Amino acid sequence: MPHGRHRAHDQVVPLHRIAHGRTGDKGNRSNISVIAWHPDFWPLLVEQVTEAAVARQFAHRRPTRVVRHLLPNLHAMNFVLDDVLDGGVNDALNLDSHGKSLSFLLLDLPVRVPGALVRHLAGPGEDDPEG
Amino acid sequence: MSKMTTPAPLLRVGCAAGFSGDRVDAAGPVVDALLASGGPAVLTFETLAERTLALAQLARRTDPDAGYEPLLADLLRPVLARCLEGGVRIVSNFGAANPAGAARRIRALAAELGVRTPRIAVVHGDALDRPEQRALLRAAIGAAFDETRLVCANAYLGAEAIADALRAGAEIVVTGRVSDPSLTVGPALAHFGWAPDDWDRIARATMAGHLLECGTQVTGGYYADPGYKDVPGMATLGFPIAEIDANGDCVITKPAGTGGLVDEHTVKEQILYEVHDPSAYLTPDVVADIVDARVAQVGPDRVRLSGVRGHARPATLKVNVFSEQGWFAEGEISYAGARAEARARLAAEVLRTRLAGNGPMRVDLIGVTSLFGDDAGRWLETVPDGGARDVRLRVSTVHAERAGAERLTRELTALYCCGPAGGGGVRTGLRQRLSTQSCLIPRDAVRAGFEMLD
Repeated sequence: MPHGRHRAHDQVVPLHRIAHGRTGDKGNRSNISVIAWHPDFWPLLVEQVTEAAVARQFAHRRPTRVVRHLLPNLHAMNFVLDDVLDGGVNDALNLDSHGKSLSFLLLDLPVRVPGALVRHLAGPGEDDPEG
Repeated sequence: MSKMTTPAPLLRVGCAAGFSGDRVDAAGPVVDALLASGGPAVLTFETLAERTLALAQLARRTDPDAGYEPLLADLLRPVLARCLEGGVRIVSNFGAANPAGAARRIRALAAELGVRTPRIAVVHGDALDRPEQRALLRAAIGAAFDETRLVCANAYLGAEAIADALRAGAEIVVTGRVSDPSLTVGPALAHFGWAPDDWDRIARATMAGHLLECGTQVTGGYYADPGYKDVPGMATLGFPIAEIDANGDCVITKPAGTGGLVDEHTVKEQILYEVHDPSAYLTPDVVADIVDARVAQVGPDRVRLSGVRGHARPATLKVNVFSEQGWFAEGEISYAGARAEARARLAAEVLRTRLAGNGPMRVDLIGVTSLFGDDAGRWLETVPDGGARDVRLRVSTVHAERAGAERLTRELTALYCCGPAGGGGVRTGLRQRLSTQSCLIPRDAVRAGFEMLD
């Protein structure tokens, strides 16, 4: 990290503290939305929640392609992951053959939040003893 | 496009089911709200997921009168009389594999309820049964198209036949496979009289339909996450209503006095649901572009959607082909207390040894990890024994032959005596597997239309 003025207060948090999302599926393709809880988080999402970062988070499912679509008005992005559903709803052996739960795998991705934005974080935080 | 000097009144479209199996008491409050508005209104039910149609077709094989939504009468009984009296039209794909059968059941229901016989239209053309259509499918899918195992092949129809039926005076329109948003676009076309190539307006109505088609997924259902996304009244969620204006823009809301919420975040989650490229959401009616869409809270539980654009509809229609391909089996057994996870993992090892060579087998440790992982087990291999004290082992397989699939359920059951200590709660399941193939065929190979019942 460069020496920014908020450096001392930066926090690394799971993505679900700054965004929410939902998974959809068609065939062997999953789409997962990532929607900023606050407009100020949008640039941070664009910078850190990249196609490469998402491909790493889903590496065990061997995506053949990960594409990110940006919707700046909605402060939202839509990820399309090809061939990650073990064949899809009729072929996968998974209990969750649609991959409905996968938004929560993406929302586990660690992101670095500058101190100035910490006050906008959603939820109590998992490590917060008060939570 | 409109030549009218005064704008057409809003069209209200309510959706009282987001899938087959949704709450059957959903429609009452939606119809109350539609009637209270006093304006033109349509009630829709979306009950036909991809797989549901194939299951309906299989049901019809054993009972020619079956094959439509099994809960049809339960869905309609509470509201049919009020909809007919109040002029709320009903549009639904609950016809599934037997739209004419569904229409007859509705007529019988009206008689049971002592209300007049409604004018019911049946949309046809989605089932691709004709030899020339089958030839197109063979060409599109190739060697994988196995007609001996075929269950059904259906094209996603658009809104035209629905709109035509409504213009012809139908009070209820029953369809099989249509694209889900077309359940809303059809009524909008009939109500506003848009030109068939008014792509922007049709795209806006399409996105209204898209927001409605999963029922409560836009009103707080499938959204709640305690401490992060708190939703009031989850036990009495209100189903959504779109107030569509003459430009196709809409406000999404829900009936007064119901649970749930409609805010910018619930609408954003649903607008992207099952959308891939947001600049090109393909439907039979239009290519919708939501890249510049905007949502705005305009009142309590009221969110306005704007900024949707449209492009000319695709020249092809999407087809889903279902066939029976082998057998699926799964089984579960639970372990609790000290070293439960170690015992569950040992049980999995026993099964791997006993079933070696029997085909792929997925292993899950419910309570440790069971959903994020891949079928090949790469993820599970990275998860060390964390000493979980309540673990349910689940294994699953597919096999070309029933006997091969049954080997898994038998070996799992045998863990009662031959497995690690303290295993309990065995459950097994075995079913024929449906596989899906999708392809595109030229629009003019499909002849959609409707007829009035009698």
